[in-house]
Amino acid sequence: MSQTLLHAEYPVEAEDYTCAGEASADIKRKLKQLGVSSNVLRRVAVASYEVELNLVIHSEGGALTLEVTPEQVTLISRDRGPGIPNLELAMREGWSTASETARSLGFGAGMGLPNMKRNADTFAIDSTVGEGTTIEMGFRLA
Amino acid sequence: MTIADMVRVLHAKVLCGEERLETKVHTACCSDLMSDVLAFVNEKTVLITGLTNAHVLRTADMLDLKCIVFARGKIPGEDILEQADEQGLVVMTTPETAFTACGLLYEAGLRGVPIEWPESEARL
Repeated sequence: MSQTLLHAEYPVEAEDYTCAGEASADIKRKLKQLGVSSNVLRRVAVASYEVELNLVIHSEGGALTLEVTPEQVTLISRDRGPGIPNLELAMREGWSTASETARSLGFGAGMGLPNMKRNADTFAIDSTVGEGTTIEMGFRLA
Repeated sequence: MTIADMVRVLHAKVLCGEERLETKVHTACCSDLMSDVLAFVNEKTVLITGLTNAHVLRTADMLDLKCIVFARGKIPGEDILEQADEQGLVVMTTPETAFTACGLLYEAGLRGVPIEWPESEARL
């Protein structure tokens, strides 16, 4: 097992638009302190901000977990529901079920999940309606 | 082009970051959709937008952007400007609409962010 350089958990509340983005800002700051290259840093930051906003906009609350080893940054998002009924549609650019509040802030354009997938080196999503959604993204460091 | 050149071209007023006007900019992006900005933008880009909320700054922070232009004379709240200054951004407001602001910058030589679609997502 690879040595863990950093492990952090960030609870994210549903519909808390004021704090949305704070976890991602902290994740970016911590990775920068670890000396992660600017290319990887930006990709993690974008994916993390998108996934954090997804928790705020769509979930009933959840948490982000950050884990860093010398080889990889891993970002995991777990929520308490409601789950995604059609993952294929959700992954399609432009498809969105976001609220007017989210849209008025500049989100809900249906770019979140595709953006995460584009920026991460590995992307896995698992969702069960009534239970919740887990997204795991990996970003290679070496 | 420098940010100072943009201020002249856009007849803009600088709201914060006066000391950083000599920063060079390479490309521009105009959008009110922060997810689009997050998808395609790189750090040397200027963002022209009509949105003045904190998420514009957070988006800029995630991407290490250097400059934000608010179109149609919009001025964000003091708290937003303070945060922008902490982030090292130059923020300006132009009386022009977003469309005209883009046109003026394009005419002055600034170009859009090149978009490279992965083959699997090729458009048209």
